[in-house]
Amino acid sequence: MPIKDIQKEIVDEFSMFEDWMQRYEYMIDLGKALPLIDDQYKTDDNIIKGCQSKVWVHAELEDDKLVFTADSDAIITKGIIAILIRAFSNQKPQDIIDADTAFIDEIGLKEHLSPTRANGLVSMIKQLKLYAVAYQTQLK
Amino acid sequence: MFDLKQIRKDFPILAREVNGKPLVYFDNAATSQTPKQVIDVIVDYYSNYNANIHRGVHTLSQEATDMYEQARQTIQKHFNIAKAQEVILTSGTTHGINLVANGYDAFLNDGDEILVSAMEHHSNIVPWQMLCERTGAKLKVIPMNEKGELLLGEYHDLLSEKTKLVFCNHVSNALGTINPIEKIIESAHKVGAAVLIDGAQAAPHIKADMQSLNVDFYTVSAHKICGPTGVGMLYGKEELLQKLPPYQGGGEMIAEVTFEKTTYADLPHKFEAGTPNICGGIAFGEALNYMNAIGFDAIAKYEHELLEYATEKLLEIEGLKIYGTAAHKTAVISFNIDGLHPYDIGSILDKLGIAVRTGHHCAQPIMDFFKIPGTVRASFSFYNTTEEVDILVAGVQRAKNMLQ
Repeated sequence: MPIKDIQKEIVDEFSMFEDWMQRYEYMIDLGKALPLIDDQYKTDDNIIKGCQSKVWVHAELEDDKLVFTADSDAIITKGIIAILIRAFSNQKPQDIIDADTAFIDEIGLKEHLSPTRANGLVSMIKQLKLYAVAYQTQLK
Repeated sequence: MFDLKQIRKDFPILAREVNGKPLVYFDNAATSQTPKQVIDVIVDYYSNYNANIHRGVHTLSQEATDMYEQARQTIQKHFNIAKAQEVILTSGTTHGINLVANGYDAFLNDGDEILVSAMEHHSNIVPWQMLCERTGAKLKVIPMNEKGELLLGEYHDLLSEKTKLVFCNHVSNALGTINPIEKIIESAHKVGAAVLIDGAQAAPHIKADMQSLNVDFYTVSAHKICGPTGVGMLYGKEELLQKLPPYQGGGEMIAEVTFEKTTYADLPHKFEAGTPNICGGIAFGEALNYMNAIGFDAIAKYEHELLEYATEKLLEIEGLKIYGTAAHKTAVISFNIDGLHPYDIGSILDKLGIAVRTGHHCAQPIMDFFKIPGTVRASFSFYNTTEEVDILVAGVQRAKNMLQ
């Protein structure tokens, strides 16, 4: 499924929730269901800087698609990275580079988007895109 | 008289909502809120007599100078400082620490030792590490126990003729421990070491007396004591400040300047280069007036009641552990819940309109000591209520239910 469609799917899911609590509960569930990064990749090199909690992301190329795995020591952060991975994993690097991220705003996580927020959602998106740029270069 | 209802009316921000809920502000150790009396002084300054000080012959400049120097006297009186020239107005605690640390370059030699407590804020670790790198002096750490109390026996063992400086906070920002600085100062002086006390966290709760403490340097920030950000005080004994070289060069701090040589101004101006935070200084004075009108004894008594109430209520939550259980502590509770990340708890509390701090509180060595990534820290002020504590406790319980 194209990134745009997955994002729409996520936005539709979140639109069913009436308040922040349901949204957070859903994010916590998503966090718990996140496909975990292999322990060997939970290294300091793979930690995303700028987060108050620890977030590890690993990227691997499978055929021409980029697959992300991740983990965090905080569960809400894990939920956020799970949403990002759902939107961006298993996609072509160029599509990840080109992808818009406005859906974050639409699912009510706008407050996490400010660059100074301690959870570093912006840093996470930047890191996913950086991986895509790196692998795109490799593909060429 | 301690009139909580009236006090709360003095703080306009306490009436606002956050995420649709009444604000519960428990991040007072990071910065305190500002009463209307102080806000009025800021508005009055910019509305009526904003001017640069110490130089102008015109009326506005003289009025501003008078008010600024009057604030210095208020600060002097509050901390019972012998001479007005011993009151250096800074941009805050960190500025004060750096001012002293930079000045000590001239007095330290290879092999000299600096002692710093195990529960310091980064701002009271890094400047000394930098000083050690520049001078070859060694940094040694005064250890603490599991309750977050300094081990005075070990401290005495560390003291020697090599010790030139001792640094310690009066109150720990992460744990709330009130350190026995009287003893620390007395023992340091016996080996000829000078002592700098970081009073940032103590100032909102304890009226420190510079003369009876006999401390060499003491530094605070106005924004923790109901004043504005960007202004603070460094107290230093006159003889030490005389010897200390200036930290920054510029206007205000000179007596005479030629291209060959500059002679420095007298204290305190030697350390006050450039146009200071004039309005901030004046507001700082007003903040002290405000708190003194309520009275520090009444403030300390009420905050202690809040601390005891909150401690008891929070400990009823299963799996909750408090870090920092010193016999003497201010109204700060640092805690974690078994298996939960402080960041998650803080995020959910924010949604409930409750402001707490999460993370390492700029005191990573303390977190390393307890082997935790951080804590949730609720810090109370005299304008908080037991009802707000109940909201916090219910919020933490709710966060726990959601996260587990």
